[in-house]
Amino acid sequence: MAYPTNYRYTREHEWIDVSGKAATVGITDHAQDSLGDIVFVELPKVGDKVEKGKVFGSVESVKAVSDLYAPATGTVTAINEELTAAPEKINADAHSAWIMKIELSDPKEIDSLLTAADYETYAKEETGH
Amino acid sequence: MRYLPKSDAERAAMLRDIGASSIDDLFAIIPEEYRLARDLEIPRQMGESEIVDHFKAAAAKNANGYASFLGAGVYRHYRPVLIDTIVQRGEFLTSYTPYQAEITQGTLQAIFEFQTMICELTGMDIANASMYDGSTAAPEAVMMAMRVTGRDGVVVARTVHPEYREVMHTYAQHREVSSGQVAVEVGYVENGRVDLAALEATVTNETACVLVQSPNFFGVIEDVAAIAEIAHKKGALLVVAIAEAVSLGIVKPPVEADVVIMEAQSFGVAPSFGGPFCGVIAAKEKYVRQMPGRLVGQTTDTKGRRGFVLTLSTREQHIRREKATSNICTNQALVALMATVFMTVYGKEGIKELALHNLAKADYAAKTLGPDGKLLFGSSPRFNEFVLQTDEAPEALNARLLEQKIIGGVALKRWYPELGNATLWCATELTSREQIDAAAGVVASAPASAVAR
Repeated sequence: MAYPTNYRYTREHEWIDVSGKAATVGITDHAQDSLGDIVFVELPKVGDKVEKGKVFGSVESVKAVSDLYAPATGTVTAINEELTAAPEKINADAHSAWIMKIELSDPKEIDSLLTAADYETYAKEETGH
Repeated sequence: MRYLPKSDAERAAMLRDIGASSIDDLFAIIPEEYRLARDLEIPRQMGESEIVDHFKAAAAKNANGYASFLGAGVYRHYRPVLIDTIVQRGEFLTSYTPYQAEITQGTLQAIFEFQTMICELTGMDIANASMYDGSTAAPEAVMMAMRVTGRDGVVVARTVHPEYREVMHTYAQHREVSSGQVAVEVGYVENGRVDLAALEATVTNETACVLVQSPNFFGVIEDVAAIAEIAHKKGALLVVAIAEAVSLGIVKPPVEADVVIMEAQSFGVAPSFGGPFCGVIAAKEKYVRQMPGRLVGQTTDTKGRRGFVLTLSTREQHIRREKATSNICTNQALVALMATVFMTVYGKEGIKELALHNLAKADYAAKTLGPDGKLLFGSSPRFNEFVLQTDEAPEALNARLLEQKIIGGVALKRWYPELGNATLWCATELTSREQIDAAAGVVASAPASAVAR
């Protein structure tokens, strides 16, 4: 699956879609593929403060539970409640099944994140093919 | 598997194979000064008849033929003989916690039945495969509430078993708590129940949970619904501890609680010397992912037959490492099996009758002993324990009782200095009327000189 070029990416496999101070966050296709069937998403709460590089939730697959790391600092404005009943939506389309929306504290933080091309190279290196 | 020691010839052959000249060579990596150069000095071996005599002599030291009024978290109940017949089966007795779980369907089924019966008794949706004991289940439940709420304040009733509270503090020593204070304790009022006004004033929006016990340490049944309301109003969870599992035969289960922890020792586990016991954690289903320990689920195999699996293992330490919900990765399987057999033998009606029997005995004991001392918290509903206030110091009273082969109540001043000479008494179905009358006779005959006013 192609990595949208308007998103930025973390080395912990989250994507972030920024529009001004508003941003949407999810996990990458590579992440969902590595995890396997996702059975549970632990969402943050609206109003929570998230900090760049810090854990804001977790995804549980049949194989493992993995922490979710915030790509940027901000305040949670919305969470994708659909994932509570249907976490498999992430497996189906990781780049549209968003997890949370945040209001960024400092949009400039995004500049340090990976571009789609950089992330694709990084993900390939990580899997070794 | 039989245990057969190796012969000298076998040892020599093994050493030759690995290229070592002596067993000492294998320990060469350990510095000389840390190696034990002397004999282990363990007693010489005994002949079989000597061993039998040795254990007979040890067994004679037990307080056989004594009447006991001890309770306070450990209870004497009849153990149906079926319990030992089943737990001594090799399949159960010798197996370790199921890491390759699905190959041991019998163990998993026994655990599943334990979980199911615990849920029915406690009124909760889910129960785990058991914990070490009630005292360690308490801090696990508190930490569970912290994970669920994202808060770290804890409010604990002083009427919770003092040793459960001590174990909680031990756990808390190594946790960073932003409020700096691990648990705020709330006292009790004249009726022996938790001080609801103080509780209301103490619970805040930072409180992860309120922990109470019912029947509490004084044997008094708490108003769980009122306590739940106070906790829930501030978004805190309510954890209810039950130290005397038999009480569930007649006391309404704490359905208002979010998490229930219990000591299941009363269900067929001998008081022994303080363990092993059997802890329980049960909770509302929505908290299942924050629950510590193992959980057995029921499923069907590829041919549609019923089978059992360990479920939600991804939360556990052997998979999730340091991010596991708890470092408990095992359970008290054999002791939980004792509880399972006990619950099965008694059944729903049987446990109710047993509980009524306990209530009647304790009521008779309180009425008989009460007039010679003073029954504390007598206006509140209670189960099989009660607090007796005497003029005589508990040490003196218990020494006089012991002369009559009676083990009296537990002195409370160690934990509750404000209660002076008060002692906590327990009567179960095993306590006879004659024993109660005899104890009352001793309490009534306090010599004037022994009265410590």
